[in-house]
Formats: sequence, C-alpha cells, structure tokens
Amino acid sequence: MSEFWNSRPVRKIRRDKWALACLIIIICYVLVAIAVRFGIIGNAFEERIGELHLSPSMESWKHWLGTDRLGRSIFARMLYSAKIAIGVGLVSAVVGSVVGGILGAIAGYFGKRVDDFIVWLYSTVQSIPYLLLLIMLTYIAGKGIMGLYVAFIATSWVGPCRMVRGEVIKLREAEYIQSAKAMGYGDWRIIFRHVVPNTMHIVLVYFALLFVAAIKSEVIISFLGLGVQGEPSWGIMIKASQAELINGFYWQIGAATFAMFVLVLSFNIFADALQDALDPKSL
Amino acid sequence: MWPYIIRRLLWGIPIVLGVTMAVFLGLHVMKGSPSATYVGKAATQEALDQFDKKYGFDKSYPEQYINYLKEVVTFDFGDSWKNGRPVGDMISEGAGKSVSLTLPALFLTSLLAICLALVASYFRGRGTDRTIMVIAVLGMSVSFLVYIVVLQYLLAFLLPIFQIHGYEPGLVERWQFLMLPIIIQIIVGVGYDTRFYRSVFVEEIGKDHVTTAYAKGASKRRVMFVHVLKNALIPIVTRVMISIPFLVTGSLLLEQFFGIPGIGSMLLAALDTDDFPVIKALSVLISLLFIVSTILNDILYAVVDPRVRLK
Repeated sequence: MSEFWNSRPVRKIRRDKWALACLIIIICYVLVAIAVRFGIIGNAFEERIGELHLSPSMESWKHWLGTDRLGRSIFARMLYSAKIAIGVGLVSAVVGSVVGGILGAIAGYFGKRVDDFIVWLYSTVQSIPYLLLLIMLTYIAGKGIMGLYVAFIATSWVGPCRMVRGEVIKLREAEYIQSAKAMGYGDWRIIFRHVVPNTMHIVLVYFALLFVAAIKSEVIISFLGLGVQGEPSWGIMIKASQAELINGFYWQIGAATFAMFVLVLSFNIFADALQDALDPKSL
Repeated sequence: MWPYIIRRLLWGIPIVLGVTMAVFLGLHVMKGSPSATYVGKAATQEALDQFDKKYGFDKSYPEQYINYLKEVVTFDFGDSWKNGRPVGDMISEGAGKSVSLTLPALFLTSLLAICLALVASYFRGRGTDRTIMVIAVLGMSVSFLVYIVVLQYLLAFLLPIFQIHGYEPGLVERWQFLMLPIIIQIIVGVGYDTRFYRSVFVEEIGKDHVTTAYAKGASKRRVMFVHVLKNALIPIVTRVMISIPFLVTGSLLLEQFFGIPGIGSMLLAALDTDDFPVIKALSVLISLLFIVSTILNDILYAVVDPRVRLK
C-alpha cells in the first residue's frame, strides 16, 4: 500500500491542493448519494412541508432552500438528485472504462480480424452524434432510469476503447511484452498482467471524463422528459423552475445549478490534475 | 494519393451498414411496430394487421432490413406517418433553419476560441493565461440548460432585447429569433474550444522549429501567427470538420427551447409520436454526414501530411 501512496502520480496529486479539495468534494457527493440510497436523508422529496413557493428559511433543514410549486422541500429534492447523478455517473464510468479498456486492449493486442471488428463496432457507435444516440437509446429502451443506464452503457466504452487500442498497438512492440511472449506466457495472461496495467493512465482519466459526461447528459435527457420518471433530478428541477422564474422564484434553479456546478467543476479540475499526474510524457 | 482515398471511401460502407443495422435493430426488432399508437388502442386486430401490412412489419426481419436498405440507397424514406408529407421535403426545409442557427455559431465560437487560445498560450503560465483558463473551466461546469433558461429569462424576458420564442422563415426576419440561441451556443462552446486550442498551441510552441524561429530573430508576434498558428491549422481544421454534421442536426436543445422548427425539433417530435420514417431517415442521414466529413478530413490530412498515406 505504501508503494501506492508514494508512487509518482499519487505524490503529485497529494501535492496539488486544488485537486485534493475537489476529490474531497466528490467524495462528499458520493456519501450523500449513499445516504440517500439507504434512506437516511433526502427521502422526503414528495412530502408537502408547507405553503407553495416558500422562500428559504431556517425553520428546519427541509426549509433551507424553500419549497417548490407543490410545497415540497427543494433541499430534499436537491439531495435526492445527487443519488441519480452519482448513480448514472458511476455506472457509465465503471462499465465504460472496464469494457472499453478490455476491448481496446484485445483489439490492439491481437490485431487483424479481432481489431477490424472492434474498430468497426466503435466507429459505428461513434458515427451517430452522442446526444442523438443517447436520446434514441432511451427512446428504444423506454423512458426511465433503466433506459438511461442502457444508453450510457452502450455509448461510454467507445472513448477509452479507442485510446487504449492506440496505446496497446504501441505497447505490443515493447521489449517487456516481447520477452513475456518469448517466455511462453499465454495471450490472456500477457493482456491482463502486462498490457492492461500499462494503459491505466488512459483508463483512469477516462473514468473521470465519463463520470462528468454522464452527469451532464442525464440532466439534459431528464429535462427533455426522457430520463428519470417520478423522481427528482437536477434536470427535472431546472425544468420545473423554468415556469417559476417568471414569477421571480429562483431558489429551485439556483439549488439545482449550484449542486451540479460544484460537482462538475470538481470533476473537471480533478480530471485535469489526474491527466497531468498520469501523463507519461512528464516523467 | 488515389488508392488512399478509395480505401477510405470503401471503409465507409461497413460503417453505414452498421449504423443502418443498429437503427433497424432498435426500431424494428426491439421497439416493434408502433401500430397501436397510430391505429388507436381500441383498434381491432384486423386494423392493426392492416397497418403492419401497409408498412411491411408483417414480413420477416431480413426482408424488412433489405427494404430499409433500399430506402437508404435510393434516399427515399417515404412519407411521414404523422403528417403524410414526404420525409425528404421535411428534411430539406428543416436543414436550412438548423444551419442558419449553427453555422454562425460554429464560425464565431471557433474564431473567438482561437483568439483567446492564442492570447492564453502567448502569456502561458502568467496571469492572463490563468484568468482565461479559469473562466473557461468555470463556464464549462455550468449546465447547458442553465445557460438557456437563465439567458432566455434575462435577455428576452426581463430585458426584452431578443425574442423569447418562435421563428419566421424570412431571410432577414429569422435573425431576431436566432440571435439569442446563437449567443448561448457560443457561450457554451467557447470554453471547450479555448482549452483545446490552447493545448494545441502550447504543444506547438514547445517544438524545435519554434525555437529555431526565435533563434533566427523572428519577433514573438511573427512566431505566434506564422510559425505556431500555421502549423496548428491541422488540428483546427479537424475540430471544425467534425462539427459539420452537428450543423445540420442543429442543436436539439436550442431548437426545442426557442421553437425553431429545424432538424433537431423535428427529430424530437418524431420520437414523441413514433414517426418511424422520420426517425430512420434522420439517423441515417446524420450518420452519413458524419462519416463523409471524417473521410474528407482524413483525405485533407493526407494531402497536408504525406506520411499518413503510407499507413
């Protein structure tokens, strides 16, 4: 473990105060999402806690950000939405980087037919514009959170796959891979023990990029009415506040915007730091 | 040169087949015939069968797929189920509106981003650079939706500078409706582009030929504009080229919001009403455009950099 903490990239991140702060913020969001998942907080998102369009007050924590057009707590809805955001982000990032990384490694390592097939597969997915593809997939898989997961799983692997493949094509000729082959190791052992670990710098950066891309897309798809149903999400809150804004009620859009802004900003800064720390060129 | 071009063009065929297969699997196999939507829920089995027969859903999947491929090859996608108009006509009407929204936005965003990136990379590591990059990251972190909702509220409702919603087809009249969406698109896109172009310029500045130029006494301004900008043209052109398909798709969100009847709102409306001919036509056309622009881009690349051709 100490080897991990003292490795060059980790040391670099540990020295970067901004990146650390962003990581802590991201962890806080994840904790909130877990707490919501197990019903500890944010579950009262449907409960009427008072008059409609109440201004923020200190009456109870539920009143901190006021109420929406049905008298529901905006604070509770904002917290609950973190669960949705972290959920889609996590699914997209985990599936995308694992599947994409492995497929990319296989394509790059074996080459020939296998490579042609995988390249064809991702070129096909890639040639449909991202938002269009997401919307089409949620349309086919049905509205709701499952449709969102299907859409993100089907699209997220493309980026890491393409980049890892390119890297592996270079690695394939490296001496340590050649010697592993000369020692008679099987192809799969070489792929998982020697090739994949050496593409981690790409996969990790994509993990962060996919996470933030999924969060931003979920908000847009939910806003269009194709995403989560019957639950709050930042996109749904923004949609609801569109009509409120004309009457000067800006708490709801403010809450959703702020919650999302902080998370996305933290991810953006952290992903940049990660990219710098893991860049092999800076050795 | 020609063998390379032909190879690239041939490569497009399996991709087009893949896209059509994906659309077909999604719509015909997984989603299935939308007869209930069109004939009505209380329809008799006979009426449902009649609908299926009329649009070929009664045939086997391979036959349905071949029919779809025929539509793709002849570019004839039939009539919209919703309003009975030929899909081709609808698309050519919508495309003009989408392009007048996206083309000025793409041009202005790229121009602004390149200027900002040149300034940032010129002053790299210093205050100006930091300020530009911090603003870019902050701007990127705000949701697209928020820009739309808030700017529409501020600039069209509170201060009635622009139109809130709607569209008029006239060549002059349309701009009063398009101005605000264009501004929003620039604000949303400029952060990403500035970051991208800055990294391109910074990489170029680090190269030996730039050092040589300085050593030979070229002024800093000359180096930036002649040596750096000129060599960075390839990534710039690539970035602009891959945006071309999005010119026609328009911006789904902006068109939806501002009531501009372009391709984007057409597609959303078609998905809402299960209008298969429109969905199929648009998804294939958009992907085709994407494929063509990637191929064109690769060819351009090969013209500029002869090493590419050999691969």
